[in-house]
This record gives sequence, C-alpha cells and structure tokens, in this order.
Amino acid sequence: MTAAPPTRPGDLAKEGTVTVTVDQDRCCGAGQCVRNAPEVFDQREEDGVVLLLDARPPAELRSAVEDAVASCPAGAIRVTDS
Amino acid sequence: MATAAQTSPTSHPAPRGTCPFAPPPAYEQARHDEPISRVGLYDGASCWLITRHEDVRAVLADNRFSSDPENPGFPFLTEASRQLLTVKPTFIRLDDPEHGRLRRMLTGDFTMRRTASLRPEIQRITDELIDRMTDGRHQADLVNDFALPLPSLVICLLLGVPYQDHDFFQECSRTLLHRGSTTEEVVDANARLTEYIDALTASKRDNPDDGILSRLVARGELEIEDIGAMGRLLLIAGHETTANMTALSILALLRNPEQLAHLRAHPEATPAAVEELLRYLSIVQNGLVRVAVEDAEIGGTTIRAGEGVILQVNTANWDDDRYPGADTLDLTRDTRHHLAFGFGVHQCLGQPLARLELEIALETLLRRLPELRLAVPFEDVPFRSDMLIYGVHELQVAW
Ligand code: HEM
Ligand code: SF4
Repeated sequence: MTAAPPTRPGDLAKEGTVTVTVDQDRCCGAGQCVRNAPEVFDQREEDGVVLLLDARPPAELRSAVEDAVASCPAGAIRVTDS
Repeated sequence: MATAAQTSPTSHPAPRGTCPFAPPPAYEQARHDEPISRVGLYDGASCWLITRHEDVRAVLADNRFSSDPENPGFPFLTEASRQLLTVKPTFIRLDDPEHGRLRRMLTGDFTMRRTASLRPEIQRITDELIDRMTDGRHQADLVNDFALPLPSLVICLLLGVPYQDHDFFQECSRTLLHRGSTTEEVVDANARLTEYIDALTASKRDNPDDGILSRLVARGELEIEDIGAMGRLLLIAGHETTANMTALSILALLRNPEQLAHLRAHPEATPAAVEELLRYLSIVQNGLVRVAVEDAEIGGTTIRAGEGVILQVNTANWDDDRYPGADTLDLTRDTRHHLAFGFGVHQCLGQPLARLELEIALETLLRRLPELRLAVPFEDVPFRSDMLIYGVHELQVAW
C-alpha cells in the first residue's frame, strides 16, 4: 500500500549511466522531474503526465536524474544502474 | 510574547516566540525531545504532531494516510474547517483515485511549460502595479497595493475573468483575507464570489475562451458546481499563499541586509532565493492534516487507524538534520526537498506558478526600488499569527 521509498543517491553506484522508468499512472503532474532534469523528462501537454525523453541518459545527467527521483512527490520514477 | 518556557507542545496551534520568523518554540523543542508527540486541538480532541523532516515527508508519501475529512478521527484545526465538511469537497480533500481523476483535469494548466508561457503577462501585471503604487508617492502598504492584487489578477487571467469584473473579483477576495472584515462581510463576500464563479462558468458554455473554466466546461465531464468548486479552490489556494509569501519575503530580506545585498548583486539567483524563502518562511503555519486509515509505523511510533496527524511543515523545514543552521536565512544553501509545497500526491498543483510569480515580484521590486526600506519600526509590523497562512497584515515600506 505504501508508496515505495524514493531511491536515494547512495543506493546507486557513484558513476556511470542509469536506466530510467516512469509510472504514468502514479504521476500527479507536479513537474519536479522537469525542473530537475529537463533533458530527460517532459510533461504531456493535455494533462501534465510525465513523458520520458531519454531512458538511458548520459552519465553527466546522473545526479540531476537522482534529484528528480528523490523530488518526485508521487514516487513515479525509478532508476537502476545500467 | 510567549517563550518556550511558558508553552508546552500539548496544544495546537502554539504561540510563536520572540523571533517572528521562527516556528513556535514549543514545536521546535518537540522536534528535539519527542518528534512524534500528542497535541490537544481546539475542540478537546487530540492527535499526533509530527515535526521532523523525514517523518513529515514519509507520511505525506504514504497512502495509508487520508486527506478525506469523512474518515473517522480526522483532525480539525478550527471550527471553520469543520464547517466546510458540509460543503461538497473538491480534490484537495479527496483521496485517490477520485482525487487523481479531478486533479488531472487541471495538471495540464500548471505544467512547467504552460506556466513559463505566462511570464510576459505576469511581468506586465507586476510592472503596472508598481507604476500605480509609486505614482507620486514614496510610501505604501506593500500588502494592499502589491502583494494581494498580483496573484488575484493572475488568477483572473487563468480562470478567464473578464477585465471589467477584475475590481469586483479583487474586492471580494480581499474581503475574504482582510483581518478587519466582520464575519458577516466574509460570509457575504464568499457567497457573492461563489455565485459569481458559478455564473461565469455557466457563461463559458456560450462564450468559450482559453481559460481554465472554459476548458473544463468544454470537457463536458463535470457539473457547473463542481467546476465552480475547482475555480474557488484555485483562488483560495493560490491567492492568500502567494500574497503572503511576497510580502513576508520582502520583510525577511529587509531584516537580513547581507542576504538582500547578495540578491541585489545577483538577480539571476532569484529562483534559488525563492526556494530558500519558501523553506525559511514555511507560511502554511498550522501544518497539513491527515488521518491514518490503516495502522502505520512512522519514525518508530505506531499510528493506529483512526488517529489524526498534523504534519508541521515549518519545523520540518527548520530541521537541522536536513538543513544545517536551518534558523538562518541563507540564499545560497541547498534547499532541495523542502516541504513548503507539501509532498506526495497532493503536493501543490500551483507550485510552478507560485515560483514564477514570486520570482518576478521579487526581482522587479528590488530592481525598480533600489531604496526600498521599512517605513515603520520592525516591532510595529503586524504579523498574521492568528491566521492559517502566516504573513503580515500590512507592510508599510518607503523608497
Ligand atoms: C507560495 C505559494 C503557495 C504555497 C506555499 C502553497 C502550498 C501548498 C501546500 C502545502 C499544499 C498541499 C496541501 C495538502 O497536502 O493537504 C498545496 C496544495 C494545493 N495548491 Fe498550493 N501553494 C501555493 C500557491 C498555489 C498557487 C499559486 C496555486 C494555484 C493557482 C495553488 C493551488 C493548489 C492546489 C489546487 C492544491 C491542492 C492539490 C491537491 O490536493 O492535489 N497553490 N499548496
Ligand atoms: S515529478 Fe513525478 S509526479 Fe511530478 S510530473 Fe514528474 S513523474 Fe509526475
């Protein structure tokens, strides 16, 4: 029942690329992901639901993506090392 | 004024201490001694008071806690909030999936991109208000002449309130927020505004525009009164909050001259400054309320189904574990994960707009009024200690 705890920066390896997934059903359209990593996330025009622009963002965007994960109020973004 | 020694964390709300920007000392103390503790409410009921950043964030992200006052044990902070139970609620007081269904009808209007497109209009409104405020004068009440009308006019723009009705709309919303208004005046203004928004909504059937009300009508999924309820929510949630953040931010900057100097020297740092001001001022002073609908363990305490919780946003945002030296305003600090807009699925829908309005308001005021200063002694500034949303009733400034 509980929203999964956010992935914390320390949960992942320090460097390298990540694979990003989003759960559009969970998203509440708050836009934190776009604020943190506009290269990776966008919001659908009609209802603000998250859109993934880049599921395998380059390593230099890693910390921005981690901030997006931790800021997402709905726990709708997941990242895994890849 | 009360000090920590005179108060105990056992009542809600607790009085503020000597620093008018700091959360109540009793709650700061509670965060150190007993971060999840019991508090008594105005009506004799009691509930949990949650004061640490980590715990507040955990509860807000946890769907075992409900926002719906129909659930037994829901904590009411005032008689007025209990009375609102009789009014048909819109999504702020509903849980998913119904909350999400309704909220998604508006999220498209508050995306980062849609909000950014409002920048020229908000800048124009801001400049006009400053033109009018400074016309032939060197002193004004920043609350009445600037901070209140700005978000009111922006909401007119969003909802599609025609220009000739702006004065009526502003007068009603001002009465609702003014401390000198009598109960009858407030009830009357609320009724006139409700009637007005419902009539405006109905008129969009024949005269559509690109405002929010018109688009909700065009969707054809909601009754007029449900659309009106959403319109009123946007007005109430977006007006008092943004207005008080604007005036209180200016006051906090005037009281922290080195921070003000930093901002004047680096106007491009205004968005970061807005985040720190949101954290430091945490104007939703009485916190956010939820009720547990299942047993849940939070920070080592078991909260039983049917028990209410108050999430004290201001103490959470002053949690030293998260923000070292949290009691100082530091416009360059790392403010990530502040809770001024809440967290979880109810996190403020209007936050991109609030951020943009605050950024434009602060940047423009500081740029256009280089001599801006308080026109009364700080001790005489009337704080909104008695209101749900913190701020100042009046702010006499000179330039
Ligand atoms: C600085 C200004 C603002 C602050 C501090 C603020 C704060 C908040 C907070 C803390 C919540 C969460 C309530 C809860 O969890 O129970 C919230 C919700 C909300 N806010 Fe704001 N707000 C601001 C400006 C705005 C603006 C400008 C708008 C729109 C015009 C707006 C519209 C809303 C709406 C519709 C909700 C309900 C969201 C939901 O239940 O899903 N707010 N706000
Ligand atoms: S931050 Fe989360 S909830 Fe908000 S738009 Fe992005 S994915 Fe959706």
